[in-house]
Amino acid sequence: MIENKEKRSGNYIRAIGAVAWKDLAAELRSKELLSAMLVFALLVIFIFNFSLELDAKTRTSVTSGVLWATFAFAGTLGLNRSMAIEKDRGCLDGLLLAPVDRSAIYFGKAISNLAFMLIVEAVVLPVYSILYNTNLFQPGLLLVILLGSIGYTAVGTLLSAMSVQTRTRDVMLPILLFPIILPVIIAAVRASGGYLQNLPFDQILPWLNLLIVYDVIFTAIAFMVFDYVVEE
Amino acid sequence: MIKVHKLVKRFGLKTVLKGMDFSVDDGEFVALIGPNGAGKTTFLRILASLARPSMGSVNVAGFNLPKEAADVRRRLGVVSHQPLLYADLTATENLKFYGGMYNLPNLSTRIDEVLEMIGLTKRRNDLVRTYSRGMQQRLAIGRAVLHDPNVILFDEPYTGLDQDASAMLDDVLRTVAARGRTVVMTSHDLARTEDLATRFDVLSRGKIAASATKQDFGSGNLLTFYKNVLEEGKKQ
Repeated sequence: MIENKEKRSGNYIRAIGAVAWKDLAAELRSKELLSAMLVFALLVIFIFNFSLELDAKTRTSVTSGVLWATFAFAGTLGLNRSMAIEKDRGCLDGLLLAPVDRSAIYFGKAISNLAFMLIVEAVVLPVYSILYNTNLFQPGLLLVILLGSIGYTAVGTLLSAMSVQTRTRDVMLPILLFPIILPVIIAAVRASGGYLQNLPFDQILPWLNLLIVYDVIFTAIAFMVFDYVVEE
Repeated sequence: MIKVHKLVKRFGLKTVLKGMDFSVDDGEFVALIGPNGAGKTTFLRILASLARPSMGSVNVAGFNLPKEAADVRRRLGVVSHQPLLYADLTATENLKFYGGMYNLPNLSTRIDEVLEMIGLTKRRNDLVRTYSRGMQQRLAIGRAVLHDPNVILFDEPYTGLDQDASAMLDDVLRTVAARGRTVVMTSHDLARTEDLATRFDVLSRGKIAASATKQDFGSGNLLTFYKNVLEEGKKQ
C-alpha cells in the first residue's frame, strides 16, 4: 500500500515535470510568449518613465506601484497565451486525457507560467534600476517579487483555464483576474514599498505574512477546483 | 467493452443526447454516423471522460464514468480532427511528453515502434509545425496508440485531409484496428467508413436510430441504409 502511494506520488510529480518541461521547451523554440511579455513590460516602464517627471523621493515611493502594474499587465499577456496554445490545437484535451490527477496539469502549467514571469522580471528589474536610478536588487524586495509572482500565477493559471473556454478570452482574463488578485497586488506593493523606503521590518512583516497566506490559500483552492474548471 | 445505458447530456436547456443506449463488444470496429449536430462528438467526449453525463450510466473497459475516469483514460486512445500535438516540439518530443504523462516503461523503444508504424521515422526530429496535415494526423494516431490502449475513439479523423493523405490514414487505421482493439469512429466519409468498420450505428436526434452490419445492407450500401434511416426518422 505504501509502495502504491509512493508510485502514485512519483507519477504525479513526473506529470508535473512533463507539463512544465513541455511548456519551457516549446517556448525556447518559439519565443512567442516571452517576447510579447518582455516588449510589453519594457514599453510600460518606458511610458511611466517619460510620463512621470519625478524627483528622487517621489520616485522611490511610486516604484513599487509602477513595478507591480508592469508585472501584472505583462503577466496577463503570458497567462492568456500559455493557455491559448493548449486550447487552439486541442492540446488541452490531450492533457486532460492523461491518466493523472488533473491538478498535476495545473501545477505543471503554474510552474512554467511562474518561470516565464520570473524571466520577464529578471529583465525588467535592471532596466528599471537604470531608468529610475533606483537600486532594486535587495534580497527582501526580491523575496516579495517571488511571493507576489507565485500568488499571481497560482490564481492566473486557474482563471486562464476558465477564460480560455470563452469566446472573449483576451478580455475575460483580466476582468476575472484583477479583482481576485487585488489582495496579492496590494500586499506586494506595500511590502515592496516598505523595502524601497527602508521601513523597519516589523512594518513590512504583516504584508509579507498576507502574501504567504494568500499564496497558500489560492494554491489550495486552485488544486481543489481545477478539475471542475477544465471539464465540460 | 463499452456499455452505455439511458445516457442523457444537457447543455443548459438544450438536450443533446436523449436516453441513448449503445454497446460495443471487444475487438469490434463501430462507425457512428449521423447528421451534423446529432451529438456524435458530444458522445465521444463523454466516452473519453472529457465531459460528464447529465444522466445514465457509461462503462468503458469495465470502469464506470465519471467515477473511475483515470482507469478509463489509461485504456483509451483518442484521435480527433484536431491533432492534439504541440507545433513547436518535434514528433519524438511530442511522443516523449505524452509517454511521460502515461508513465510508460521503455518509452524510447515504444516511440521507435510507433514512429515506424505510422511511417514517420525519417521526420522524427522535425518540428510538427513543418508537417503536412496528413502527417500530423498520422502522428496524432501514433500519440493515441502510444500507451497501447484497448479502446480507440476516432472523431472525424479524415477532416481536412486530401485523397492521398486519407488513403495513407486508411492503412494506419487498418493496422491499428487489426491488433484486436475496440474502435469507435465518427465520420461523414461514408465510403471510407463502410470499408473499415464492422458495424454501423446511426445517431439521430440524440439516440441510436438504427444499427446494421455489412451483411444487413443486402444489395445496398451504407449510403442507402443511412438515407433510409434518416428519411424514416423524418416521417415519425
